[in-house]
Amino acid sequence: MPIRPILRALRHHRFTTALIVLEIALACAVLCNASFIVAGKLSLMHIRSGIDEPALAVVTLDNFERQRADDLNARVVNGLRKIDGMQSVDLVSGLPFLGAGGESVSPDREGKRGSYLTSFYFGDPGALPALGIALTAGRLPRDSDVVPDDATIVQSVITRSLADRLWPHANPLGKVLWCCHGTGGFQVIGVARELIQAMPRDDISVGNAIFTPQRSGPMLAGQYLLRADPARVNEVLRKARAAMATLAPDATVDDEHTGTLGDLRHRYFRSDQATADMLMGTMVALLAITALGIVGLTGYWVQQRRKQIGIRRAVGATRRDILRHFQIENFLIVGMGIALGVLLTYAFDVALMKFYELPHLPPAYLLVGAIVLWLLGQLAVLGPALRAAAVPPVVATRSV
Amino acid sequence: MFGYYLDLALRSLRRSKTLATMMVMALAVGIGASMTTLTVAHLLSGDPVPGHSATLYHPQLNPTMPPRLVHEPTSAMDYRSAMDLWSAHRADRQTLVASSPVKVRVEGSGEPPLPRQVLLTTSDFFPMFDVPFRYGGPWAPTDEGPHARVVVISSTLNEQLFGGANSVGRSLRLRDSDVRIVGVMAPWRPAPRFYDIWQGRYRHGNTESFYNDPEDIYTPVATGLDIFAGQVPGVPVHFCWDMGADGKSMQTAPCAWLSLWVQLSSPAKVHNYAEFLKGYAQQQKRLGRYTSDQTRLQSLMQWLEWNRVVPGTVRMQAWMAQAFLLICLVNTVGLLLTRFLRRSGEIGVRRAMGASRRAVFTQCLVEAGLIGLLGGVGGWLLTLLGLWMVRQQPVAYADLAHLDLPMFFGTFAMSLAASLLAGVLPALRASRVPIGFQLKTL
Repeated sequence: MPIRPILRALRHHRFTTALIVLEIALACAVLCNASFIVAGKLSLMHIRSGIDEPALAVVTLDNFERQRADDLNARVVNGLRKIDGMQSVDLVSGLPFLGAGGESVSPDREGKRGSYLTSFYFGDPGALPALGIALTAGRLPRDSDVVPDDATIVQSVITRSLADRLWPHANPLGKVLWCCHGTGGFQVIGVARELIQAMPRDDISVGNAIFTPQRSGPMLAGQYLLRADPARVNEVLRKARAAMATLAPDATVDDEHTGTLGDLRHRYFRSDQATADMLMGTMVALLAITALGIVGLTGYWVQQRRKQIGIRRAVGATRRDILRHFQIENFLIVGMGIALGVLLTYAFDVALMKFYELPHLPPAYLLVGAIVLWLLGQLAVLGPALRAAAVPPVVATRSV
Repeated sequence: MFGYYLDLALRSLRRSKTLATMMVMALAVGIGASMTTLTVAHLLSGDPVPGHSATLYHPQLNPTMPPRLVHEPTSAMDYRSAMDLWSAHRADRQTLVASSPVKVRVEGSGEPPLPRQVLLTTSDFFPMFDVPFRYGGPWAPTDEGPHARVVVISSTLNEQLFGGANSVGRSLRLRDSDVRIVGVMAPWRPAPRFYDIWQGRYRHGNTESFYNDPEDIYTPVATGLDIFAGQVPGVPVHFCWDMGADGKSMQTAPCAWLSLWVQLSSPAKVHNYAEFLKGYAQQQKRLGRYTSDQTRLQSLMQWLEWNRVVPGTVRMQAWMAQAFLLICLVNTVGLLLTRFLRRSGEIGVRRAMGASRRAVFTQCLVEAGLIGLLGGVGGWLLTLLGLWMVRQQPVAYADLAHLDLPMFFGTFAMSLAASLLAGVLPALRASRVPIGFQLKTL
C-alpha cells in the first residue's frame, strides 16, 4: 500500500494527529524511564548476598548492660542452642540487609592509593561457616586469630571483589589494608568468594566487605545468628524469640532487627518494592489511557470520513484496503510519536540522572518501549478500522 | 445563558454515555494520582511548628579537630559547648535535645520492659515547640539538676501503660532508676521530627526515618546522664572526633551529641545571637579547643531545607504522577475535540440561527468544565483511595497521609483548571466551524 496518500490525508487532520503524536511521545518517555527504574529496583531486590539466606535468622537485643555482656551472651547462646532444630548459634555484629559499621579502606596506611567504602562484619570465629561462606583462598578464622579489642591490626577475611580492587595483581593473603586514617589495620587470612556489603544501594561498593573474628564482650553482644534447616527456620526463630523473655529478662528484643534473613531482605527493600509497585501501576494506567485516546480519535476520523471511505469502496477498494489504510496510518502516527518520544525520554533521563543519581538509560528500553507502543496502537485502532472497513460502498451515493 | 449551556452540556453527556464516562475516568485517574502524590509531598514538606517556626533557630558550631577535618558545622555539639551556650541564656528560650533508646516498665506490673526512645532535653522544649499537654505539664527549671527524677511521657505511652488515665505523680522504671511522671502530652506529631534530624543532605533521599513518631519519654539532660551513668547509648561513635572517646563520660567525651535550639523573636535578636555565637566560636578557637571558628544559625525551615527532608521516593513519585497527569490532559484535549467536532452539524445550525462564535466557545467550555467537575469528584475519591493505600504501606509517614482542606479544594481546582485548559483549543476549533459547509452536509 502506498504511504503517500495516507500522509496526504493526515495533513487534513494536523491538530488531531499532533495530539496523538504528543500523547505517544509523553507515554514513551514515562514508560521507558519508569520501566528502567522498576528494572533497577527489581534487580537490586534480587541481588545475591553470598550467604545461605534460607537457613539463617537473627535475633537482636537492646537495652542491656554492655559491661556485663559476657554473662548475657553465655546465657543466650547456651539457651538458644538447646532449642529443637537449632543447628548453630553464633555471635555477630552486623549482617547483610541489617546494617553494619562501614568506613573507607585503603591498601596503604596513608590512604593515598585509593579508598573503598567497605562494610565491617564482626562475629565469633564460627559465624563465617554458619553464614555458608566459601573461601577461594586462605583459611577460615580460628579462635587463635581473635585479638584483643584494642589491637591495631586484626586478622580478617575479605571478599574476592574487595581484594581485586585493593590489589589487582597480587596475592592478598598476609597483606594489610587500612581504615580510619591509619588507626586500624586488617591483615588478610582468607578470601571469601562472595559476601555482599551490609546496605546494598549502588553498584560501586558491591561486595566490599570484611569479616573479623572477635570475642564475646562489650563490643560483640546482643546479636545472635541462628542456623536451622530451611524448612524449620521460621519455627526455630519463633521459639528463640519466645525464649528471650526467660533467657534475657534484663534486655529488650529489637524486633525491627530480628527475623529470618528473608524477612530482613524484605524489610530492607520494602520502600523499593512500594516504588516499583507504584510505577508499574502507573504504567498500566498509562497504556490504558493512551489506548483510549487512540480509540476516541480514530473513531472520530472514521465517522468523519465515512463518505470518502464509501467512495473508495465504490471505485474498487476492498475492505482489506480500508483496514490497511487505518492500520498503516496508525503505525505512522505512533512512529512519529516515538521519534519525538526518544527526545523526551532522554530529557527525562537526564533530569532523573541529575536528581536521583540513576545510570544512563540503555537503548534497549527505547526499543522495547517502541514495540509496546506500536502494538498498543495497532490493538487500539483495530476496532475503529474494522468499523471503517464495514462502511458499504452505497454510502458514496447518499446525500451529496 | 449559563443555565442553558449547562443544560446543553448535560444533554450532550447523556447522549454519549460511554465516551463521557471514559473521559471523566481518564481525568479522574490522572487527578487522583497527581493529588495523592502531591498531598504526601505537601504533608511531608509542611511546617512542623505552625505559627512560630520562623522564630526557631538552630545554632551550629564546627568543632572538628584533626584527623577528621570537615568543612561543615556539625548537626550537634559536644556537651561542654552545648552547655556553655545553653546556660548563657542569650535567647528568649533555649533547649537541648538528644535521643536515646531506653527500657521502661511500670514497677510491679509484672510486664516485661518495653524498648522505647527517651529524649534528653530541658524544660523550654515544651513551650518552644508548642507541645500540648493532656495532664500536668513540663518539669520546673529547678528540676534540671542531676538528682531530679522527673519525666514527661507521650500520650501513646500513657495509653499503653496506664490505659489513658491521669498518670501524673505515678512512677516508671527507666533503665534502673525510678522516675516520677510530671506531665502527659496530648497527641503530638511534628512532621518531620525536626529537632533531631541529622545529615539529611548526605542521605541521598533516604530520609524516611525523619518522619518517625516523636519520643515517648522526655527527661532533663542531667537526669538522663545520671540514669545512663554518663554513657548515652544512642550516641553514635562516628560523631566523635577523637578515637579515645570510648569509655569516657559523655560530659567530657569529644563527641557531638547534643543539639541546641533557640527561640529568637525579632531580627535584631537573631543578629545579636549570631554575633554571640561567633564570639563563642572564636573564643574556643583561641583556647585551642576547636580548630575552626565556623558557625551557622539557620531558622527551622532553612534547617529542613538544608537537610532535604522530603524523601527521594516521594519526590520521584510526585514527578511521575505529574507526567502521568499531563498525558491524561493531552488525552482529554483529543477526546474533547472529537466530542465537539462530531457535533459540527449542530453547531452549524446554532451559528446559522445567530449564535456568535463566542457563544459557541462558551458553550463548549461549559461542557469541558462540567467534565472537569465530574473528573474532580472522581479524582477526589481516587485521592482518598490513594491516600488509604499510602497509609497501608509500612513507611514512617503512613499515618500522616490524610487529605487536608487545602488539598481537598486543590483537587477540584486542579481538575477544573485542567479540563478548562484542555477545553480551550477544542472549543476554539468548534467555534470556527464554517456554517455553510456543515449545513450542506446535514
